[in-house]
Amino acid sequence: MTREALLNTAIMALLAAVPIIAHFTGNPFTITLATKVAILAMAAVGLNIVLGLGGLVSFGHAVFFGIGGYSMGILAHHAQLFIPIMEAPFLIDGTKSMPIIWLVAVITSALVALVIGALAIRTSGVYFIMITLAFGQMFYYFAISWPAYGGEDGLPIYVRNSFPGLNTLDPIQFFAITYVALGAALFLSARLARSRFGLALGATRQNAERVETVGVDAYRLRLVAFVISGAITGFAGALFADLNRFVAPTMFSWQMSGEFIVFIILGGIGRLFGPVVGAGLFILLEHFLGGVSDYWLIYVGAILLAVVLFARGGLIGALAGREVAHD
Amino acid sequence: MTALLLLEQTLNGLQFGLMLFLMAAGLTLIFGVMGIINLAHGSLYMVGAFAAAAVAGLTGSFLLGLVAALAAAAMMGAIVEITVIRRLYDRDHLDQVLATFALILIFSEGTRWLFGSFPLYLDVPAMLSGAVSIGAFSYPLYRLAIIVMGLVVAAGLFLLIARTRIGIRIRAGESDREMIAALGVDISKLYTIVFALGAALAGFAGALVGAIQSVEVGMGEPVLILAFVVIVIGGIGSIKGAFVGAILVGLTDTLGRFLLPIIFTAFMDPSAATAAGSALASMLIYILMAMVLIFRPTGLYGSA
Repeated sequence: MTREALLNTAIMALLAAVPIIAHFTGNPFTITLATKVAILAMAAVGLNIVLGLGGLVSFGHAVFFGIGGYSMGILAHHAQLFIPIMEAPFLIDGTKSMPIIWLVAVITSALVALVIGALAIRTSGVYFIMITLAFGQMFYYFAISWPAYGGEDGLPIYVRNSFPGLNTLDPIQFFAITYVALGAALFLSARLARSRFGLALGATRQNAERVETVGVDAYRLRLVAFVISGAITGFAGALFADLNRFVAPTMFSWQMSGEFIVFIILGGIGRLFGPVVGAGLFILLEHFLGGVSDYWLIYVGAILLAVVLFARGGLIGALAGREVAHD
Repeated sequence: MTALLLLEQTLNGLQFGLMLFLMAAGLTLIFGVMGIINLAHGSLYMVGAFAAAAVAGLTGSFLLGLVAALAAAAMMGAIVEITVIRRLYDRDHLDQVLATFALILIFSEGTRWLFGSFPLYLDVPAMLSGAVSIGAFSYPLYRLAIIVMGLVVAAGLFLLIARTRIGIRIRAGESDREMIAALGVDISKLYTIVFALGAALAGFAGALVGAIQSVEVGMGEPVLILAFVVIVIGGIGSIKGAFVGAILVGLTDTLGRFLLPIIFTAFMDPSAATAAGSALASMLIYILMAMVLIFRPTGLYGSA
């Protein structure tokens, strides 16, 4: 095993150990923090496919996070009020079942990613950053001004959705769900990076012209990556909404998109587990600095600035040395 | 009556567009000359608004507030350029985005720490309060003054770029920075000046708008993102594109919010029409951006 693989195993073990210990010492808040880390990490793992592998700086991934969240919110909202979503031409009811909600969240965010991606990937560089940011803002304002599902106030869901065979209201069992989902996303992203598709995508990051010359359609490659990436982030959004039992337009906000990028950078760009470490570090900072000062984000800003200017490998780069899996 | 309302909304749209231009012009200059994408531009807008509100509140003079806004934003811009931005010129866009995102966090929380979480208010100066009436039509004098000031600054900026020595250097810097450095122009000083100039424009816009809206932390970022939309529509690096794009976005947004609910009432009941109309209106400029992208991926005045 390389140093990085060892470190990755340790990270996954730590992320599982903390809530299990908290469970036996009767500390449900710590379990909730760990669940939050797992979900946010998963959202960033999704983003990392286009950002780390494809080199596309999407500043609008909160769109998919929000779409996933609202998929859950709308389905559960209709289920808890016993109002069908639509009656004609055929009946569609709401649902409180997690697997169905996830499926809807993944498909919807993939479709939205297809449309946004088809437009945004026509451009590159700074244009791409600005356009994804703008589309994020479009969904944010739409969610605020559309009154049917809570508008600016958001949409509360009274009881967490159900998963067959598990009691999702038990923090440790819900954590287990998010942990397995994160594991699946990491596995998928690792497999993707080593596949022909992933190698070609990595090549478009380094030199798109050369890839085109070999006869690979870079636009299609990037679009597929964008869709997969959006779907994973959307899945995480549905989980996040279930964690809070609440959906709000802030899930679409540009700060959210920014935080996903920050997770990846704090952890170390181009690293499979970068998003996990970054999300963990961010939540820890929020928890501990938030207790020290109301203005804790100023410290996050300073740390981020220092990492970008002086320590480009992030935390994993510092711990596992400079070798990077691809590049 | 509707015609008068329409005229009023058109003027509001023009005013909004001109303020967007002040933001977008700075952004597009900074990108065109230095190749930097600056997310912290919205923070400089906020700095201008806060400086104006604080100084105007202390001295009671709006004019002094305006001067303070220009000075504070330009100074802050120069400091940021020298301490942070300078290290980012040969980095990729991701690093620039992250570093300037970090700057937003520092600026926002720093301002919250200095001024508290409650919004400040900047009063419209007595000389410009009240309304102008022409027949049945009346319009706030202050907003009219903003339109005039916006146009004057836009004209001044065009003259500065087209006619002065510094303008020549800025344009030269856009097309070939090694060449003008080789010709003996102090390139790092030029960059600091351009950044401070862009910052001053943002701070000026912040101060002018501050008297219409409340001055609060986080006021800059929505405007920043709209300025991005403007630049995407107009074409990166083009001041003319920024101007056309800004006016287009300002008018589309304002008139869309006014007209769409009215149009929708024609075939819907009023409450549904208001909801659908305002929801669609909030998306209108992004749809405009998408259309421009489909037909001209590099923007209206952008070069490939």
